[in-house]
Amino acid sequence: MALLDVSGFGAHSDLRLFGAAPKHFLDPQNHFTFSVKRQEFAVPVGVDPSAFLRSCSREGGVSIDLNHGTTTLAFKFRHGVIVAVDSRASSGSYIASKDVNKVIEINPYLLGTMSGCAADCQYWERLLAKECRLYKLRNKERISVSAASKLLSNMMCGYRGMGLSMGSMICGWDKKGPGLYYVDENGTRLSGRMFSTGCGNSYAYGVMDSGYREDLTVEEAYELGRRAIAHATHRDAYSGGVINMYHMQEDGWIKVCQEDVSELIHKYRKGMF
Amino acid sequence: MAARYDRAITVFSPDGHLFQVEYAQEAVKKGSTAVGVRGKNIVALGVEKKSVAKLQDDRTVRKICVLDDNVFMAFPCLISRSGLTADARIVINRARVECQSHRLTVEDPVTIEYITRFISSLKQKYTQSNGRRPFGISALIMGFDFDGTPRLYQTDPSGTYHAWKANAIGRSAKTVREFLEKNYKEEDVESDSGTIKLGVRALLEVVQSGGKNIELAIMKRDEPLKILSAEEIEAVVSDIEKEKEESEKKKKS
Repeated sequence: MALLDVSGFGAHSDLRLFGAAPKHFLDPQNHFTFSVKRQEFAVPVGVDPSAFLRSCSREGGVSIDLNHGTTTLAFKFRHGVIVAVDSRASSGSYIASKDVNKVIEINPYLLGTMSGCAADCQYWERLLAKECRLYKLRNKERISVSAASKLLSNMMCGYRGMGLSMGSMICGWDKKGPGLYYVDENGTRLSGRMFSTGCGNSYAYGVMDSGYREDLTVEEAYELGRRAIAHATHRDAYSGGVINMYHMQEDGWIKVCQEDVSELIHKYRKGMF
Repeated sequence: MAARYDRAITVFSPDGHLFQVEYAQEAVKKGSTAVGVRGKNIVALGVEKKSVAKLQDDRTVRKICVLDDNVFMAFPCLISRSGLTADARIVINRARVECQSHRLTVEDPVTIEYITRFISSLKQKYTQSNGRRPFGISALIMGFDFDGTPRLYQTDPSGTYHAWKANAIGRSAKTVREFLEKNYKEEDVESDSGTIKLGVRALLEVVQSGGKNIELAIMKRDEPLKILSAEEIEAVVSDIEKEKEESEKKKKS
């Protein structure tokens, strides 16, 4: 519009308000848009969170590094999916809590793990749980693991570059069998047989890769998960506390155990001390 | 009385009618007939083909539309009146986009119930906003869910939807529905040919001059939509006529 150009108003305002498609036909209740089209938090025009964050990181002079301080792992095997997490919450070098629950039980057939910024993980995964529940109410059947992970990854894509920090694994059992997806704050979404997230993940991968076989028995799989987290917490400063382990079976998940890592490490490393 | 309450869509009459929506349903009753039958392994949809003008290319008159690989719909439409086929085009376009959007977000094809609910919600929105009129179409939506169950749903301009085993919409829908109620048998629709025959027989009740004016589409589980050619329809019609003659002979003797 000529007047907008002349007055210079057009360059700064949100032009989408003018002449846009009638918004009341675009399903604001998210019934059919699965929370994808409407953002949870309105981001004001002109604010650039990613530039602000860059100024806070090492390149900008200040040194606020957002690490995923934790260790979580999950792997698929013949008898389902094993999920194991530690329970330490750290802010910098201060241990804020030694028994945080890093697994969110979305429904009896769906679990989500959390690593990264605790607030981000808790908020977005609880939002995912709400969407999964609404899906079940509207469509009269449980959401599939691929759809749940897609919803989470779409939520992350909506805020990409704005400083969210979340590395999560969505595990479940649906009509297609056991499902395991890794979702992170960039919107990455990967399906796989084995994942580990957090800054202790390299230690966990080492133990898991050397002990993993597709035909593990259930007890062997529990032991593998336990060992991987225990060794990761032993070497990584930001992981520790207790191991929370879950086993995803065809008829739902069960909580296998909650064991203190220091006792486990003494059990494994008898010769070392 | 009606005159005072039927100008605006968003005004109820004192006895609880939304007259614009009911007038839209009247418009639907003037369209050509469509019949849908849900069999065990097949869904069949037959539409009355109104005779086209001599110079008109009849391939452009399509009343059966594919929404996705597993779901299709038909609507009764008027060729001579303006507005209603166009309404259907808008609805079909939105439904097609929603089918793909669902595939993208949920990584699974839509269930028939989901897309019917979407189309009905769209129609209902237009009955509750000012300045707009309702869509003047009813639709029969049929197909297979991805677990293999066949489904048939019918929507109307008010935005309600119901599941059916067999139904008809458009002109003389009542007659056809009564015929279906009398003649629908579970054993008949177990076979593919039984389902097709039932659909054609129902349509022949109201269509003048037989097989030439019938357009029939079938979808079998895990197969794409197939529109029967004129010869195939003629074969079904002659089968039906043979059976009719035989049953009449039996009655006489």
